[in-house]
Amino acid sequence: MTVSRSSYGLTALVVVLALLPLALPNPFYYDVAIRIAINACVAIGLNLLIGYTGQISLGHAGFFGIGAYASAILTTQFGWPPALAMVAGAAGTGLLAFVVARPILKLKGHYLAMATLGLGIIASIVLVNETAYTGGPDGMSVGGFSLAGWQITGEHAWYSVVACLLVVVTWFALNLIEAPAGRALQAIHGSEVAARVVGVNTTAFKVRVFVLSAVLASLMGSLTAHYIGFVTPGLAGFFHSIELVTMVVVGGMASVFGSILGAALLTVLPQLLSTFEGWETVIFGLILMLTMIFLPKGVVPTLRLRFAKEEK
Amino acid sequence: MLSEFLQFLFSGVTVGAMYALAALGYGLIYNASGVINFAQGEFIMLGGMAAVFLTEAGVPLPVAIVLAVAIAALVGLVVEKLAIEPAGNAEVVTLIIITIGASLTLRGLVQIFLGKGNHALPPFSGETPIAVLGATLLPQSLWVMGVTLVVVAALAWFFGRTILGKAVLATAYNKLAAQLVGINTRFILLLSFGLAAALGALGGILVAPITYTSYDAGIMMGLKGFVAATLGGLGSGVGAVVGGLLLGAVEAMTAGYISSAYKDAMPFVLILLILFFRPQGLFGKKTTDRV
Repeated sequence: MTVSRSSYGLTALVVVLALLPLALPNPFYYDVAIRIAINACVAIGLNLLIGYTGQISLGHAGFFGIGAYASAILTTQFGWPPALAMVAGAAGTGLLAFVVARPILKLKGHYLAMATLGLGIIASIVLVNETAYTGGPDGMSVGGFSLAGWQITGEHAWYSVVACLLVVVTWFALNLIEAPAGRALQAIHGSEVAARVVGVNTTAFKVRVFVLSAVLASLMGSLTAHYIGFVTPGLAGFFHSIELVTMVVVGGMASVFGSILGAALLTVLPQLLSTFEGWETVIFGLILMLTMIFLPKGVVPTLRLRFAKEEK
Repeated sequence: MLSEFLQFLFSGVTVGAMYALAALGYGLIYNASGVINFAQGEFIMLGGMAAVFLTEAGVPLPVAIVLAVAIAALVGLVVEKLAIEPAGNAEVVTLIIITIGASLTLRGLVQIFLGKGNHALPPFSGETPIAVLGATLLPQSLWVMGVTLVVVAALAWFFGRTILGKAVLATAYNKLAAQLVGINTRFILLLSFGLAAALGALGGILVAPITYTSYDAGIMMGLKGFVAATLGGLGSGVGAVVGGLLLGAVEAMTAGYISSAYKDAMPFVLILLILFFRPQGLFGKKTTDRV
């Protein structure tokens, strides 16, 4: 039953993404849609780690930032083609994540939160200080993205690319959680000791899902760098990490579609709030608290639970 | 050589004392509820900012300090009542996000009503530096260390000698058992928030004459307080104090001997290294899972 429901969901996502351009009146809305799709991809990866495996990370913006800066630096200062820089950034991020994953994921709860938070903050401080390469706090500009002579230009092209990516990432995540590997991850969330008792190599699975979510964040960071054409250390900052986790939790832990919804809400909200001059932070904070108090499991799982009750 | 080292040590221990106070606050709330309160940094900021604006409004400094601590404690109580208590037994990540929401709200409100500028509190007793073995010590540093010492002693007495303090420890040790022997654990949680906010605010006020304060000063201070608390072992009182002082010293040494640009990164490098080798912090108890 779950399988069919998620394939309905995937179909619905494809339809929405295909029809959305008809409802987007101008480039501004396209821009918001593109940012939502990029954030959604990162959030889905992060949800595999936080929601499904139960391992918190408060430092994923660090990986996002490393990807973004790898693309920026390698393409502008070393003349690498964007696609190669993107892959190199992802490989570097993957390697870093792999090296730190083992000692970090041994930690639990708040200690894990502390370690990942530290990792992200170190990344952003390095980006601020290594001015010769990164342009320091002011950031640096990046060229467009091109692959084998084909260049992504204009909001329509960018929309198509990120929409396709979102579908691929969603499809991959939905399949993963139904696969034995995904079951193993959810078993770790349930009880790590119990998972080990039934023969799950918990360390290996935790490392893999950590690396996977980090690489996804790095790839999306690279894309963002080319899309916006500018990178700043804020991309790797603590607040961005918190935004990403918030997307996962507000949308719904252990819900792939929840992450997409969470990304949409958290991307649109600041745009809406910009009309309340000066009060954005206060209102954002209040909404965050209220959502978590009244929908502690996140929007999608809460709604799903409610509908399930009504069917009975 | 020695004078240089002493100089760095003085500034390190001064800031470290504030980290220690913040870390004690983290520990209190963690013990009472198992939550890391990401709004702790905002209490540090709130204490400093409230004291600055009260003195600017003509309130005498000692009164302003007491009032500022009281205001922060009150805000702490309100946060617990309105945001933590209604959430009930939500998951840890959910609670973390609630405290982050609270911290954004507090920071935003201070920004709106008190502005974005940098402020400094006048030093408590003059600015004439005291010469110690070739290094100079600000009178304010003595205040910071002295008050921290008194607070730590008071807390030790509170937890060791009073029924209420022991009730807090009992709640931390086993919440259900504490309830069974008649401890009002809900009140303990409220008390912990008030106390944690007061401790944070006190730290913020003490260092405000040295480090300046502004609406966004709480972010980094709060995170470093969290590092100090984790360094010593979450929930351990001794750990919080040692962690805070160690962190302050390491930070000052980094700034002095290595690179002031990477001073802010050092606490996080340190905590990663320590957690790699001691996953429960320096003084934390090893925990085992029940399955």
